[in-house]
Amino acid sequence: MKIVTLVKQVADTYSERKLSDSDHTLDREGTEAVIDEINERAVEQALLLKEAAGDGEVVVVCMGPDRASDAIRKALSMGADSAVHLSDEAIHGSCAVQTARALTKLIGTVEGWDLVIAGNSASDGQVAAVPAMVADLLGVPALTWANELSVSGSTVTVKRETDDGVTHLSAELPAVVSVGEKSNEPRYPSFKGIMAAKKKPVNNLDLAGAGIDGSEVGLANALVSVTSSAPKPPKQAGEKVTDEGDGGAKIAEYLVGQKLI
Amino acid sequence: MAEVLVLVDHVDGEIKKTTYELLTAAKALGSPSAVVVGGAGAADKLADGLTEHGADKIYAAETDSTDFLAPEVAVLESLIGSAAGVLISASANGKEVAGRLAVRTGSGLLSDVVGVTGDGVQHSIFGGAYTAEAKANTEHPVITVRPGAIDIEASAGAGARESVEVPAASGRQATVTGREPIQGGSRPELTEATVIVSGGRGVGSAEDFTVVEGLADSLGAAVGASRAAVDSGYYPPQFQVGQTGKSVSPQLYIALGISGAIQHRAGMQTSKTIVAVNKDEEAPIFEVADFGIVGDLFKVAPQLQDEVTKRKG
Repeated sequence: MKIVTLVKQVADTYSERKLSDSDHTLDREGTEAVIDEINERAVEQALLLKEAAGDGEVVVVCMGPDRASDAIRKALSMGADSAVHLSDEAIHGSCAVQTARALTKLIGTVEGWDLVIAGNSASDGQVAAVPAMVADLLGVPALTWANELSVSGSTVTVKRETDDGVTHLSAELPAVVSVGEKSNEPRYPSFKGIMAAKKKPVNNLDLAGAGIDGSEVGLANALVSVTSSAPKPPKQAGEKVTDEGDGGAKIAEYLVGQKLI
Repeated sequence: MAEVLVLVDHVDGEIKKTTYELLTAAKALGSPSAVVVGGAGAADKLADGLTEHGADKIYAAETDSTDFLAPEVAVLESLIGSAAGVLISASANGKEVAGRLAVRTGSGLLSDVVGVTGDGVQHSIFGGAYTAEAKANTEHPVITVRPGAIDIEASAGAGARESVEVPAASGRQATVTGREPIQGGSRPELTEATVIVSGGRGVGSAEDFTVVEGLADSLGAAVGASRAAVDSGYYPPQFQVGQTGKSVSPQLYIALGISGAIQHRAGMQTSKTIVAVNKDEEAPIFEVADFGIVGDLFKVAPQLQDEVTKRKG
């Protein structure tokens, strides 16, 4: 089975994230860049399926600046076999629809895949729809927010878990799956894995190499524009008192004053 | 006035509150048209509520399809031509319908907005650390609206009914083979609750979360947990508040034994009022708290619970 996993590099959610003043895109200089946590679960899921099948191939697909190669290396050191990386100045500032279209083209450079596995929601944009958008563009079923996944023959089934409850989904391959927080515990790369990753093939593509026209991507051609952005003034810390045996009563008093109880 | 499509969010014929928020938001853009996609008779049950909350038109699309979300996408696609825009709840399902609709119709996708005006939308990003204004550069943008962000205003619309066909799905679709309702018990849902009481590492054990639950129940609140508490196995993951859990914005958020890592604050700092109880007076949670008690949550929370119960009685 050939599995494509979508990987994105994001600003670490444990660091302070900023937008650039000039074009309101993510200020990548100011933040620590890491593979998005949920993508590690996507890679893990792909590896589990490959191991269960006894053979197969896991191909990482990523779009992002050159330094996203660190995220790709992480996935390869976990055990993925190869990668396709679209890095081009021109993709900077692409919107969700453009991103989905570009990812679809990138997936198209991988021959004979059976399954695409992505994370359910990136921690930065939280659009949480790109996997389904890619599936729609590819003309294949989308089985998203999977916390359990199995493949039997040519059928994929998932247990989808969201705030709306549990939905059991099934579809024929090829298909797109996105995994949730509870899908698995990603493995740590072994020393051997880290060394092996350095030799694994990465297909570095620019727009032309991926067969994407410059007019299809980028800030200037985006279907939506951010017109202004500003950090929210930091919330003023309110009153802080040390409990002297009447702390609970003091909170109650405060809540009554605010008409909250 | 151009119509604005609102995808009605309902579960088994019960309306979700977010639908009324969408109808309120839609009035800023044009004339709200509620789109009900569901089993036979679904629209009949919802029509009165939709009309009272501003729907000028109610499209009823009846289907017994087991294709996952495909009927919703297909119906909206068939109606979008004459619309000024489409509003959908920013739930997991809603975001997915919106994304698929946007790629099919070449519409700008504005995701998880907290405000809608004729000029554009407002976003609150990175857990409320930034605000941004955005606009679509295409016709009929598809907009998902964060639950709880819009204050519902009831003002009746015309409520004209119209049946519409559900076009056949294009492409292969995932099939729904079963559903299980959410097992939330009697407490309100985290994302819909007006009051949330959350516990963190300071609670110390799964058993002691009863202190958090007790206070929550006295307030009619939902129970949340920090990532540290979830990772320690004190509370189930579906109740996690924060960047990797749920983002919440209730009227009142009470944090018990939560230090306030940036990860957690990103999921709750837009709450209207924040109260924190922590032993450590340097805990970062106090930086965003409107009212903080430096003390032992096992003394403070039960006392507060008693006070709340007394006032109710």
